[in-house]
Amino acid sequence: MSHSTKPVEMAKERFAFAGTGEIYSFTTVQAAPESFMAHAPYVVALVKLDEGRLITAQITDIDPDDPPQIGERVEMVTRKLTTEGERGMIVYGYKFRKVLPPHTV
Amino acid sequence: MREVAIIGVGMTPVTEHWSSGLRELAAESLHAALQDGAAGRPDALYVANAYGALSSSQAHLGALVADFSGLTGIEASTIESGDASGGAALRAGYLAVASGAADVVAVVGVEKSADAIGAAQTESRSVSLDADYEAIHGLTLTAQAALLMRRYMYEHGVEIGAFEGFSINAHANGKRNPRAMYRNAMRAGAFAKAPMVADPVNLFDSAPDADGAATVILAPLERALDMVARPIVIAGSAAATDTLALHDRPDPLFLSAVARSTQLALGQAQATPDDVRLFELHDAFTILTALSLEAAGFAERGKGWQWASDDIALNGRLPISTFGGLKSRGNPAGATGVYQAAEAVLQLRGEAGENQVSAATQGSQTALIQSVGGLGSSVFTHVLRGFESYQSGRR
Repeated sequence: MSHSTKPVEMAKERFAFAGTGEIYSFTTVQAAPESFMAHAPYVVALVKLDEGRLITAQITDIDPDDPPQIGERVEMVTRKLTTEGERGMIVYGYKFRKVLPPHTV
Repeated sequence: MREVAIIGVGMTPVTEHWSSGLRELAAESLHAALQDGAAGRPDALYVANAYGALSSSQAHLGALVADFSGLTGIEASTIESGDASGGAALRAGYLAVASGAADVVAVVGVEKSADAIGAAQTESRSVSLDADYEAIHGLTLTAQAALLMRRYMYEHGVEIGAFEGFSINAHANGKRNPRAMYRNAMRAGAFAKAPMVADPVNLFDSAPDADGAATVILAPLERALDMVARPIVIAGSAAATDTLALHDRPDPLFLSAVARSTQLALGQAQATPDDVRLFELHDAFTILTALSLEAAGFAERGKGWQWASDDIALNGRLPISTFGGLKSRGNPAGATGVYQAAEAVLQLRGEAGENQVSAATQGSQTALIQSVGGLGSSVFTHVLRGFESYQSGRR
């Protein structure tokens, strides 16, 4: 086998994103792991960010029986993800929701 | 590098073994394989296991299995690569024998899924995902498969019923296998009506987690010829990785590690997909079967589902899941890759009984086996060949 001596660079780089994108794919989880039992059923999606990358996140503020569809616009919100340990420490993080319609006055 | 052969195989039934633990299952399959290969004490032992530390609070299986099996003192270690642990251990054993570092090596795969049940079992399976960026959002292996399946159906305009043939084939073959977990035939039309696990993945689509142990004994080919009547040659062995998290893949519907490891393994064996007489692939979900057939070079992009027909039956053009696959035989996670090897050996020897693929003992005598961790994050691919055909270079 031939070996290239080209230096190896880290694959991951941090980038900021606007928090908007569209649904690439989604599923409603019925059989949840123990630490998510209380939330089941819930919707997890691959969201295609407007910057082009995919991200894994739950879709929130919806009826699980009426999830957003592939291509539908979503926006990021901060929510409780789960709790850890006996003392129930809350883990916060990002989820996405359908983009809200503009306010009408 | 020396040529390497499989000289012995042993398997326990795949089921919920309520009265046996990791050590008992491992030792049972190990002793059966040593007897099958007319082998004595091996030089080294590789134990494949994925979830013992969580499900059974037991890690450090190399020493445990060596000790309990009467092999205290030999080199032994645990090999973990998620659900691809079995394939990873087979490759470790192959490299040890090929390099000359060891002569006779035992590769054991063992899993006790039933020590944890329901949500706890699902939880333990999630450790093979990206903990910080996937599992923290409640993603599971099944949910990952669902994300790929829904996107696949959307992009290629395929309905859920199109995948049914994969599960029907697995159960038709598992029905004949006394070691299989679910030996029920699946009725046409039942698939699309099964209860959802993570839509569109349903109960008839996903393989059941199970307990079981399988062992293969490896030896240098030169020595194997003196030990057994029908050594099976490991003609190709290769591994590749893809991103751990699905969302980091530029093209999630292309399993690049399946493609790369298959090309490398077939290349080493100087074989092409046309030479393959049976393919034991990682059918944990029907979407994985379709995507594996595409990436491995048996189908064009978006057309893998078209194999869900009689073409994959025991007498078809490309038999798959010939003993029931993960779906019907059951998926003992870290042991699954070793089951695939043991089953392919039985096929190539012509000892597969009611599950025999008649084409396996003819012509190229070539089997492809593929062990997949996650949704294609770790892939170990091996090409096995009958000795006669290997020696004569027959196609």
